[in-house]
Amino acid sequence: MSRRLANLFHGRPRLQVGALLAGPIGWLVVGYLGSLAVLLIAAFWTVDPLSGEVVRGLSFENLETLVNEPVYRTIIGRTVAIAALVTVTDAVLAFPIAFYMAKVASRRGKAILVVAVLLPLWSSYLVKVYSWRTMLSADGVINWALNPLGLHGPGYGNVAVWLVMSYLWLPYMILPIYAGLERIPGSLISASEDLGAGPFTTFRRVILPLVFPAVVAGSIFTFALTLGDYITPRLVSNNQFIGNVIFNNISNNLPFASALALVPIVVMVAYLLVARRLGAFEHI
Amino acid sequence: MRTQDAHSTRTAWLVVAGLLAFMLALAGCGSSSSNNGGGEELKKVGKGEGQVNLISWAGYVEKPWVKPFEEKTGCKVNNKVAGTSDEMVNLMRSGQYDGVSASGNATERLVDGGDVAPVNVSLVPNYKTIFSDLKNQPYNTFEGVHYGIPHGRGANLLMWNTEAVKPAPRSWSVILNPKEAAKYKGKISVYDDPIYIADAAVYLKVHEPKLGIENPYELNEEQFEAAVSLLKEQRPNVGEYWGDAAKQISAFAGGDDAVGTTWQYQYFELKGAGKPVAASPASQGFLPEEGATGWSDTWMISSEAAHPNCMYMWMNWIVSPKVNAEVAEFFGEAPAQTLACEHTENPSFCKEYHAEEPGFWKRVYYWQTPVSECGNGSSDCKNYNDWVKAWTSIKG
Repeated sequence: MSRRLANLFHGRPRLQVGALLAGPIGWLVVGYLGSLAVLLIAAFWTVDPLSGEVVRGLSFENLETLVNEPVYRTIIGRTVAIAALVTVTDAVLAFPIAFYMAKVASRRGKAILVVAVLLPLWSSYLVKVYSWRTMLSADGVINWALNPLGLHGPGYGNVAVWLVMSYLWLPYMILPIYAGLERIPGSLISASEDLGAGPFTTFRRVILPLVFPAVVAGSIFTFALTLGDYITPRLVSNNQFIGNVIFNNISNNLPFASALALVPIVVMVAYLLVARRLGAFEHI
Repeated sequence: MRTQDAHSTRTAWLVVAGLLAFMLALAGCGSSSSNNGGGEELKKVGKGEGQVNLISWAGYVEKPWVKPFEEKTGCKVNNKVAGTSDEMVNLMRSGQYDGVSASGNATERLVDGGDVAPVNVSLVPNYKTIFSDLKNQPYNTFEGVHYGIPHGRGANLLMWNTEAVKPAPRSWSVILNPKEAAKYKGKISVYDDPIYIADAAVYLKVHEPKLGIENPYELNEEQFEAAVSLLKEQRPNVGEYWGDAAKQISAFAGGDDAVGTTWQYQYFELKGAGKPVAASPASQGFLPEEGATGWSDTWMISSEAAHPNCMYMWMNWIVSPKVNAEVAEFFGEAPAQTLACEHTENPSFCKEYHAEEPGFWKRVYYWQTPVSECGNGSSDCKNYNDWVKAWTSIKG
């Protein structure tokens, strides 16, 4: 039996590759792209107002609601704005840390820093958000620390969401930038200095252009993760994200939830196209 | 390089075409099946099938009364705790469960979707002695057909921090009247669910009688708009909308919120932790003057139940006097079984929870699924989808 099988595959490279890839590709197409496709069609279905059953047919009702009701524009705008803000914040915070890790720290220091960056990823997402919730509360540690200075913490709201998200996704920005910086040979920096460039010029004209694709790659993580989150906004603010509205509609109005789910997909596709232009995928 | 590009472009188009074909195939085979109130009612309870799969609220299916049930009937209980009514509806639609402890804002959806079967109450001996004001209610009996066994009931409470809120409020106006609520701006705690619109309707029923609200779950355009705009006015005063109990507990414990709507569970939890909270109604013997929204839960049997005999045994067991008393005391709700009051550990439990006072419950509006058909025969009421959309716009 096994001999016959071996004979069958012998000298037929296409069959070999086909058999090897059938599983993963099948999963990708049916399980992954297939469910996305179902999501896309469901956006054009409607719900019968009396029975609550899904009516399958072509209707643009959901998309019209999405465009015409101002509240959805507000929510989409808020989600995208905070996602962008978190991305910029993380990039600014991550760069010096990654630079220190890649170019300055000793071998030992580097190892310690990598562990320190990865460590928060080992604890549960919910634990981290709830600890922020406790810290930000009226009697929390942030207010306690700021009170002697006559200041108040941000409390719950958009600022809190921005803080917590920036904290949560920071490692996803540090690691790609670190990897990108590692790849820049030290000789390039020396050469730049030899040719008379100051530290700022070296950074602007040598390091930044080389590491920029890595920053864009990191930003895809921070942006996409913020865009899709709905638990953090629920726990540290009263404001709704796209995900919250999807969550509210999913059980009673699946078609409308699907229509909403198209929004992050469209935003992300646009973002990825721009990222490709900027060369984020050149080294993958 | 050029040909490489052309090749990959063609592959991409092939993938897109394949996906489109798949989508069309799916859309084509879609035929909506709607069978009203699925399944036949059971004629006779036979021998147990060895197990039963339940969906319940946390605290309804617990060891002290599950173990004796298993020993007595040989039906092993597999329980799945659900957090919201929406979740219960979704789980029931999977068809993998025999029964559910559904609240009134889920029952009608389950019946209309054909997910649950009628219940033959003559096969549930303990049904006879259930409080009569829980029988034949619009959320458990449809067109004269019984769809479940009442489990217990309670009212949603008004809870406040006794140090921050003085004098003790007697009315929902403390959180719903824009002027009074402004006093506690940023300290008000509100249930994060579309069904909360009914709380505003209960308030308007008393304070804006010219709107003519009868049932807070059957609202026409004008009544609905009034309730929604009241909640939009409330929005800037709200400290937090709470979706899960843990969130509200931490908000009251951390001093973020001082007054709001709650369930028994959070109140007892905070009280147990020594926090300065008080609540209406059960603990103090009064409802806020307008009455309150509340819930009355019903055990329903799936139309596709794989273990119907065990499910009937369970429905009879959970409303048997001793067990119903145990559940009610454990959870903090009024029992459905009249004879349960003799079995409670706290002898005055039924009195404290007003279990035996129909007059008290007249002012509690049990959760109900909002549907287009109003009770008065017209069908211009707002349905649940409208409620969900309005809730999104209230929160903004």
